[in-house]
Amino acid sequence: MIPSAPVVQMEHVRHVFTSVDGSRFVAVDDLTLEVREGEIVSIVGKTGCGKSTMFNLLLGLENPTAGSITVLGRDPYQDFDFFRAKFGVIFQTDRLLPWRTAFANAKVGLEILGYSEAEQGEIARHWLHKLELMGFEDAYPHELSGGMRQRVGIARAFCLSPDVFFADEAFGHLDQSTAQRLREVFLTLIGETKKTCLLITHNIHEALEIGSRLIVLGKPSRVLYDVQCPTRASRAELVEFEERILDIIERNEPHHEAAARARS
Amino acid sequence: MRTKALEAEIAAVSEDAGAVTRGWGALASRKEPVISVLIILVMWQILSLFLPRYLVPSFATIIVSFVEIVSSSTLMVDTLRTIMRIFIGLGLSFLAGIIVGVLMGFSNTLEKYILPVLHFIMGVPALSWVIFAIIWFKPVELRVAFILLAGCLPNYSLIIHDGIKGISRDYYDMLRAMRPTRRQLFSKLVLPGMLPAVLTSWKVNIGLATRVVIVAELVGATVGIGNKLLLAQELFDMPKAVAWTLILVIFLLLTQYLLLLLERHLLRWRPSKEGGIQ
Repeated sequence: MIPSAPVVQMEHVRHVFTSVDGSRFVAVDDLTLEVREGEIVSIVGKTGCGKSTMFNLLLGLENPTAGSITVLGRDPYQDFDFFRAKFGVIFQTDRLLPWRTAFANAKVGLEILGYSEAEQGEIARHWLHKLELMGFEDAYPHELSGGMRQRVGIARAFCLSPDVFFADEAFGHLDQSTAQRLREVFLTLIGETKKTCLLITHNIHEALEIGSRLIVLGKPSRVLYDVQCPTRASRAELVEFEERILDIIERNEPHHEAAARARS
Repeated sequence: MRTKALEAEIAAVSEDAGAVTRGWGALASRKEPVISVLIILVMWQILSLFLPRYLVPSFATIIVSFVEIVSSSTLMVDTLRTIMRIFIGLGLSFLAGIIVGVLMGFSNTLEKYILPVLHFIMGVPALSWVIFAIIWFKPVELRVAFILLAGCLPNYSLIIHDGIKGISRDYYDMLRAMRPTRRQLFSKLVLPGMLPAVLTSWKVNIGLATRVVIVAELVGATVGIGNKLLLAQELFDMPKAVAWTLILVIFLLLTQYLLLLLERHLLRWRPSKEGGIQ
């Protein structure tokens, strides 16, 4: 197998917030990780471990205090405009613009790209159809259920045919069965596009279900454990695996494999 | 940072507007407003039997005056002039106010400079502006426009500024992840995001301008409802004074109702307010 090109690289990234009273808060501490093309990586960690900060750093919305970040070979903060329509982002809350209908929300990225009305309509309708939202194009977000809103959010991300997908707790606020159904849909679509995907979550089941690789983050954000997800594992093995992950998160110390890698 | 007074005004206006729709929509089905108005009218009519016409005129005389005004050309001349002044004043204030509001919304530095000035201006009584206007300017229309501008601009700026500040950072980040141009960010986020505030600012200021314009017209205007009210006062013609006031109130209710219809259309994306705290 030919090793594919790295899509996301974070090297010794550190991010410190300084509040108004001068106190400092380390959100990300010496974070080093690499994601290769076509990989679907789940990132798990406790809430408040700086996952969202990491997310903002990857999107180029903030500049890290130290270290370097490259996405698709460029710095997302410095080369801000290079990333026009390169990211497909699915947020924790759907972040649909309340004054836009489902259809208008789905195509907002295409408007930014300057597509013609006809193209916008065609692409948006295609993805709304894929996400089983036909008949709801003209509904405003408040008229849709949480699950449907997140579907629109997913359609909005796929409309751009981006190079890399980021999902931040994308199914976290939905009820179990809705979340389960939506995860399946999302996984299928990601599988079809064969694009790189980073999924941030606090739910280990979700991480294992979607990801082919799992990264455990400590608090502040640093890699505690980086492992390929077990495929075709027995039930007992899966339980053992999950317990190991939970234990690492709880102790907030690097797993010996990660520690060994850091030393080498 | 809204002042308490402004907050109260906005609350009062939205309540007014609500009452207006309910009044129009369900007048037939709701007896309470009809009854309370009837009680006031009956009390007024009873008083008018005991008090002289120049203090409490009977309905008959008020209606006669009203019909007199409505059927004469003066209705058109004076009312239209006053309404024109209101809208010119509001238009100018809105243009200036939206610029100031947007600038403050985008620049923290400008916000720090401008906000205290606006709060200071808000504290100046309308009558002081009237006096300044007389001293500073000669043309009547300029005086009126200035007084309305001084009265309405801070409201526009503060409410619109508030509206921009209230746009969620989540939406901003969501769009920024797609790398829009500044112009796109403005047209797709800021403009629709501040629309509710713009409508509120109009609702607040229509009422304010209608009240202020009358005071402004007392300073040398020879045409306009303010002038007609002054004449009525000089002649102790209470029926006329009441009739002219009624015309103003009708104008205000009508414009507020139209604004409400506009708001319903423009903000149809908002969830209905059913299930509020009352």
